[in-house]
Amino acid sequence: MRYKFDFGALVEHWPEFLSGALTTLQMTAFAVVFGLVIGILCAIGRRSASPFLQWLCGFYVETIRNTPYLIQIFFIFFGLSSIGIKLPIFVAAVLTLVINVGAYTAEIVRAGMDTIHPGQIEAAQALGLSQPQIYWDVILRPALERVYPALTSQFVLMMLASSITSQISAEELTAVANNIQSFTFRAFETYIVVAFLYLLLAVILKLAFYGFGQIIFPRRRRLGTAL
Amino acid sequence: MSAAVSLRDVHKRFGEVEVLKGVSFDVAPGEVVAVIGRSGSGKSTALRCVNRLETIQSGEIEVHGRRVDDPALDLRALRRDVGMVFQSYNLFPHLTVAENITLAPRRVRKTPQSEARHIAVEALARVGLSDKIDAYPEQLSGGQQQRVAIARSLAMQPKVMLFDEVTSALDPHLTGEVLKVMEALARGGMTMLVVTHEMAFARRVADRVIFMHTGKVWETGAGEMLAHPQTPELREFLANGL
Repeated sequence: MRYKFDFGALVEHWPEFLSGALTTLQMTAFAVVFGLVIGILCAIGRRSASPFLQWLCGFYVETIRNTPYLIQIFFIFFGLSSIGIKLPIFVAAVLTLVINVGAYTAEIVRAGMDTIHPGQIEAAQALGLSQPQIYWDVILRPALERVYPALTSQFVLMMLASSITSQISAEELTAVANNIQSFTFRAFETYIVVAFLYLLLAVILKLAFYGFGQIIFPRRRRLGTAL
Repeated sequence: MSAAVSLRDVHKRFGEVEVLKGVSFDVAPGEVVAVIGRSGSGKSTALRCVNRLETIQSGEIEVHGRRVDDPALDLRALRRDVGMVFQSYNLFPHLTVAENITLAPRRVRKTPQSEARHIAVEALARVGLSDKIDAYPEQLSGGQQQRVAIARSLAMQPKVMLFDEVTSALDPHLTGEVLKVMEALARGGMTMLVVTHEMAFARRVADRVIFMHTGKVWETGAGEMLAHPQTPELREFLANGL
């Protein structure tokens, strides 16, 4: 069996590849920001004294982490539309990503918070800090610094998993590739290019997270050690 | 003159276990009181009740006229006035020495950044660590960390300082440097309640020593009492080399 590679047929489609990659990045950016917020709130909820909040956040986290992402997408996109809630595709795709990554983020952040020694909290209480101040300065900041590598690798994984949203025709990189290969009949070449583009996006994302980490965690920047 | 700290018939239980069984004592303004006793005698618990890290079941605690056991107490106002230093230092590992010291002034007293730095410089000078202002806790020895913890408390200009076995995690050399700082504080007129295993320190620096045993104040007196224990329990405690 001999196969002749022909990437030439793909060259004219570069604007579509680019736009797909940008959509993927855009979805990732939204999902990281909102997923982080939801994850933090949920982690706090699971540690709260209220049994209802504990249950609610636990239910959300466990449900999402124990069902397939594709089913979550179908549930939100087709499920909601059958009860009359029609979301634009991009919004639905981002929403599913946020809900999905929020649950994983919640568990990572909670693990980070659990590493904070109770003595730290007592010291802050003894200094007269309020509960929200303690949460921000003494629990959350070091917790995030500690789990930052796990968190960012989760975000990269999510960027890769966003290819599944092509199933509801979100115009991201994978959907674009599906289209292109159906015009050009160059499936092998198309997916080689797409794989390379995902790899490139992952590297860019990792570098960006690294740089961001250097800015927001001055201790790590100066000492280079894990907290 | 009214007492800086006063405990009246304080009872504290953890579940079924009664740890404080009617503890009463006063600390006068500017006085240094050392609390000694075995592990489990209730001395640390008594200390932790003073700034309400623990709540009591009955009795009264007052700090500069403020009822600590009052449920309507402004807890943060109390804690602004009462500094506390812990056995395990509890410095915030992600913050520099300066940030550790200025966190509470900035957050609680709303001190502006520039002024806060000045507070850190002054507090560090008092514990002899001016050159460590931009270091992180992990770059310091245990003794240095504990001195920073003292400076962190001092930065809030407390009226009373509580010390909870602050040298128990340190070797004798590092213990010495921390005790020296505490001695200087005592000479400067700070009101101090010190739970300690350092008998020499209690004897030399404390105005008064309280020996606690099985959740009660068992014996109390000037530092001299350690040379002439009145009760067999204190005699035995001292004889065991603690």
